[in-house]
Amino acid sequence: MEVPQKGGFSFDLCRRNEMLVSKGLRSPSFLKTGTTIVGLIFQDGVILGADTRATEGPIVADKNCEKIHYMAPNIYCCGAGTAADTEAVTDMVSSQLKLHRYHTGRESRVVTALTLLKSHLFSYQGYVSAALVLGGVDVTGPHLHTIYPHGSTDTLPYATMGSGSLAAMAIFESKYREGMSRDEGIKLVAEAILSGVFNDLGSGSNVDICVITKGNTEYLRNHLSPNPRTYPQKGYTFSKKTEVLLTKITPLREIVPVIEGGDAMEE
Amino acid sequence: MYRLSLDVEQPHSMGTTIIGVTYNGGVVLGADSRTSTGMYVANRASDKITQLTDNVYVCRSGSAADSQVVSDYVRYFLHQHTIQLGQPATVKVAASLVRQLAYNNKAMLQTGMIVGGWDKYEGGKIYGVPLGGTLLEQPFAIGGSGSSYLYGFFDQAWREGMSQEEAEKLVVTAVSLAIARDGASGGVVRTVTINKDGVNRKFYPGDTLPLWHEEMDAVNSLLDIVPAASPEPMIS
Repeated sequence: MEVPQKGGFSFDLCRRNEMLVSKGLRSPSFLKTGTTIVGLIFQDGVILGADTRATEGPIVADKNCEKIHYMAPNIYCCGAGTAADTEAVTDMVSSQLKLHRYHTGRESRVVTALTLLKSHLFSYQGYVSAALVLGGVDVTGPHLHTIYPHGSTDTLPYATMGSGSLAAMAIFESKYREGMSRDEGIKLVAEAILSGVFNDLGSGSNVDICVITKGNTEYLRNHLSPNPRTYPQKGYTFSKKTEVLLTKITPLREIVPVIEGGDAMEE
Repeated sequence: MYRLSLDVEQPHSMGTTIIGVTYNGGVVLGADSRTSTGMYVANRASDKITQLTDNVYVCRSGSAADSQVVSDYVRYFLHQHTIQLGQPATVKVAASLVRQLAYNNKAMLQTGMIVGGWDKYEGGKIYGVPLGGTLLEQPFAIGGSGSSYLYGFFDQAWREGMSQEEAEKLVVTAVSLAIARDGASGGVVRTVTINKDGVNRKFYPGDTLPLWHEEMDAVNSLLDIVPAASPEPMIS
């Protein structure tokens, strides 16, 4: 968007938009960019973190989705942007990496995943809307990269992406140190994601964490759940006209009873 | 209804300052380290001086994705070329490959580059490859959004046949001047010096750079002795 020449808001395009709508143009639907994803390098490897909210415009479509995707036993990738795009591109590259492992007989390297992802995204000129934080530990050491939808990459000791990236980066910039221990690293990553969860409208629900070290990966699904579903303490209240049959809240039955030797279905 | 429209959706670009100068015995390449997406600094410590071969490096500006892809392709072609040739590639060949990619894809690419290196035939050489894919051999080259503020500076400060120290000092001074004036340039200053003895990377953090007049610390400021202003509006 161009900055207006003189001070104040330029209403020129608003008049154009109204004119187009009056001629029958449907205004574009919302892009999903809601997410906070982060990664950092600590003493023994890499820690990735993500929130768990998936949005469709202003509606929360999934309150507990998984944004940390498996690429290889030693490589994981957080994805922000259009959910279909991040899923598809990480699945595709994960398959390519597996075939490559069979072909070479070696553990996958993070730069391999990086090159495969960036080439794919560049060839689609930014239309595959996937912004990724790729992290892993291979024979050459721990690596952390960010990948943008247009195909550019950065290599960083700590990184954030998504609509909550500014909130999370504020936490990282004030508290990150080189060579943190595992617990310190997890605490900082959780704090950064929480900053996105509570301050960014596009991020919310729980915190997922993935700790990757040489020879070992731990996926801490829902490491923190600071937004639990709550039920009213006193039960529900109704207006006087309502006929109340039952006020007890019973959980759904887990097991469906199977009737042995039932009749065959008949019309 | 509201839209979560943020600058982080914009493409990753390097509003930048990049410089390449020749000196008596080699070249010095310099760059800032800011990569921005819209108004947000996505990477405050990026490395815009990328290796193509042992003796040739390239400074990248413009679209981060486009410049990374072009330098990856050129590195690959140069690697093949070196194997076929049996000796290190010349700076001219490297620059020519960069130009061919930039010119033939001019409609789709938005990146300006400065190729610099040392080879045994021509010594230290700098080639500018701006938007559009021109190839121009120059004693010094400047590029990126911050270069606008350096044309006058170089007209006055550039000399033929400088020593290595003079050339490095010139590059660092120039990049820090551009950083002071250009919002899209910032972070640290990185330099790469290439000569017959090899390659030397240097890194200058923000606090080691010279300050320019509008940035100097206040000395004997009235703010030290006058009490803080009251929050109530003045009523006459």
